[in-house]
Amino acid sequence: MEGLTLSDAEQKYYSDLFSYCDIESTKKVVVNGRVLELFRAAQLPNDVVLQIMELCGATRLGYFGRSQFYIALKLVAVAQSGFPLRVESINTVKDLPLPRFVASKNEQESRHAASYSSDSENQGSYSGVIPPPPGRGQVKKGSITHDTVQPRTSADAQEPASPVVSPQQSPPTSPHTWRKHSRHPSGGNSERPLAGSGPFWSPFGEAQSGSSAGDAVWSGHSPPPPQENWVSFADTPPTSTLLTMHPASVQDQTTVRTVASATTAIEIRRQSSSYDDPWKITDEQRQYYVNQFKTIQPDLNGFIPGSAAKEFFTKSKLPILELSHIWELSDFDKDGALTLDEFCAAFHLVVARKNGYDLPEKLPESLMPKLIDLEDSADVGDQPGEVGYSGSPAEAPPSKSPSMPSLNQTWPELNQSSEWETFSERSSSSQTLTQFDSNIAPADPDTAIVHPVPIRMTPSKIHMQEMELKRTGSDHTNPTSPLLVKPSDLSEENKINSSVKFASGNTVADGYSSSDSFTSDPEQIGSNVTRQRSHSGTSPDNTAPPPPPPRPQPSHSRSSSLDMNRTFTATTGQQQAGVVAHPPAVPPRPQPSQAPGPAVHRPVDADGLMTHTSTSPQQIPEQPNFADFSQFEVFAASNVNEEQDDEAEKHPEVLPVEKASDPASSLRVAKTDSKTEEKTAASAPANVSKGTTPLAPPPKPVRRRLKSEDELRPEVDEHTQKMGVLAAVLASQPSIPRSIGKDKKAIQASIRRNKETNTVLARLNSELQQQLKDVLEERISLEVQLEQLRPFSHL
Amino acid sequence: EISAWGSLVARRERNLRQLYPTGTSKVYGYVTNSKVKFVMVVDSSNTALRDNEIRSMFRKLHNSYTDVMCNPFYTPGDRIQSRAFDNMVTSMMIQVC
Repeated sequence: MEGLTLSDAEQKYYSDLFSYCDIESTKKVVVNGRVLELFRAAQLPNDVVLQIMELCGATRLGYFGRSQFYIALKLVAVAQSGFPLRVESINTVKDLPLPRFVASKNEQESRHAASYSSDSENQGSYSGVIPPPPGRGQVKKGSITHDTVQPRTSADAQEPASPVVSPQQSPPTSPHTWRKHSRHPSGGNSERPLAGSGPFWSPFGEAQSGSSAGDAVWSGHSPPPPQENWVSFADTPPTSTLLTMHPASVQDQTTVRTVASATTAIEIRRQSSSYDDPWKITDEQRQYYVNQFKTIQPDLNGFIPGSAAKEFFTKSKLPILELSHIWELSDFDKDGALTLDEFCAAFHLVVARKNGYDLPEKLPESLMPKLIDLEDSADVGDQPGEVGYSGSPAEAPPSKSPSMPSLNQTWPELNQSSEWETFSERSSSSQTLTQFDSNIAPADPDTAIVHPVPIRMTPSKIHMQEMELKRTGSDHTNPTSPLLVKPSDLSEENKINSSVKFASGNTVADGYSSSDSFTSDPEQIGSNVTRQRSHSGTSPDNTAPPPPPPRPQPSHSRSSSLDMNRTFTATTGQQQAGVVAHPPAVPPRPQPSQAPGPAVHRPVDADGLMTHTSTSPQQIPEQPNFADFSQFEVFAASNVNEEQDDEAEKHPEVLPVEKASDPASSLRVAKTDSKTEEKTAASAPANVSKGTTPLAPPPKPVRRRLKSEDELRPEVDEHTQKMGVLAAVLASQPSIPRSIGKDKKAIQASIRRNKETNTVLARLNSELQQQLKDVLEERISLEVQLEQLRPFSHL
Repeated sequence: EISAWGSLVARRERNLRQLYPTGTSKVYGYVTNSKVKFVMVVDSSNTALRDNEIRSMFRKLHNSYTDVMCNPFYTPGDRIQSRAFDNMVTSMMIQVC
């Protein structure tokens, strides 16, 4: 601020304005929007405002530092007083009235102050990035490259030359400076000042012409220190303004992409209204981008594939290398497609590039997807620096080196924010993809786990039939004819899983349990799983589809099943409810009941079904087991004698029923958990007795039997125990129907027993699920190992 | 530093092979699932480089390569001119050195 001498009143006024514009409280940079408003409020012609922008150096810097702002305010006062805008006028015009702003003065003040202070401060920081204005003078004298494409380059070259010169002085000589600036833009400044006057469309053309004149004048003025300062300062503002212009011009250019970019320069200015952020997309620009996006992709939430984007952006006639770089910057989530935000960023970059802006190394924050409309004056400092840096390739080396420190300072900040935004952007944009995938992945293993669920929950008759048949198949002695409907199938399956062999009646169940049991043999496991799946061939088809989709989470498979259980249990709290809830379970029941033997089981089955409503899935599978178990009981009466005796003692009349129900219940339990099937079958007989304690002994004989028959796993024992308990509970339940009409207490007792059974079954179910999960994990690990080994075959 | 090419040797490693070790340099090869091969030549004097580091470098290379591939303006087979890619490679080299 050395060049600018402000009276006290002016100082105060300007600082007020600056603080007004400094909504970000950066004390350095003013929000360009505010500054623009302020200037507009000054009721100055657009070209004048453009001049001011250039003079104060905002165009060059792309934002309004305090110095720039103050200078601009001063220039506004100068202009309003009718004095020609000149850099020198800032200090030469005495008794200059305070700039008048029709709009809220606060804005003006803040703008002035902000621009002024920010400029001065930024200049220091950007001395490296953007060659100090004095450099401009040098450059001005030197090569003046009317390279509209690389205004920055020239400006940058100029800046290093004028490191210090008070930027404040630049405004004074507005006419001169402006012209000079306009000249410089040729070297890059001309365009920059033009850019700075973004909001002022017509001035652009004027600026250009003026710049040329200004350059000449400028060179003349270069000797005087103030002018140098001005030069340096002016260099900075023009650059900033130019930068700011670019976004607007870019926008315009995008509209006239097909048209010569030169003609769009003026239009670009008009649209550029963000002084503080050269990369910010204005609303007009954004709207244009959105419209363009729609022409390619009607769905605004959809993507533009890479090929379409390539065609579209190739029309801009930018070199492929640059387009490739723009793509790298804008494709935030690296998915080969552009979302609306990404597309707007890419479009904006293309426009900027066509206007001569050099592409940044990193995507500016304002262009980050989801942050396109973010007005962040804090980024102004970074971005101009960044933009300036991006232009560094064309800059003279000296400008680069000094810019490095400042860049390094700004970059970390920008990087952090970028990274942060990147992260958010990535997370948001790729949310659907990644999360979806992650959701799917867990669902896959769950689907395997879900299998048992469908089986359990499968109310399908077919499933039940299969279960029953399978059970009956093994149990040739089963009197239940229905169960023997498909003995062949069952027998086959049983043979498949002959690892565990129950007594005749349990072969099928064993097959199930063995398959589903915790066989360390992965094959068996696979077969078990397969078996379950095969069993629930229809049921899974019916039941599996619905559950998995709604529950992408891994735990869903189980929870779903459990939910179903709960649902069923809740819904089928009562017998009747159970019936309703498990209509599918009911039908199979009648089947076994058809047979004379099953007849006894029929009511039991029904009861068991109803009672086991809580564990519907369990019930379903158990139903076939029910019949089987009944048969099994009969078959393995010897083993079950103990249990049966117990049961008989307690429920003589219910004994048969209980037995039937026990098998059913045990079957159900086993179904839900193939492993438990064995146990249920084993414990079926033992379930005759009520209560859990009596079941303990009963399962033992069963267990022993199982072990003898098969190299049982310890889990089976657990299951048998549980099954025993369940069976007992289930056994007790069948008595309900009998006692309904007879004794309410019996009903209540049966209800209690059913509930106990439910809890036991639920527990068993969860344990089985856990076991299944473990087994699946083992399988997965084995597969992974296999895959690991596989690549070696390729190498 | 990553020096010039050496001869190639295969060393068993998941997708990563330490190729033929010359007296002065070691060459590492890395093949992706799409049969894209990356070869890295490292100066033998850089003994601090462990396999993990090599693998992570290759992984970064792979990721950057996929990003380059995603760019529709990049035609496979061209020399990669992506700035991001170059920056990544440079940072890796600086790291190693």
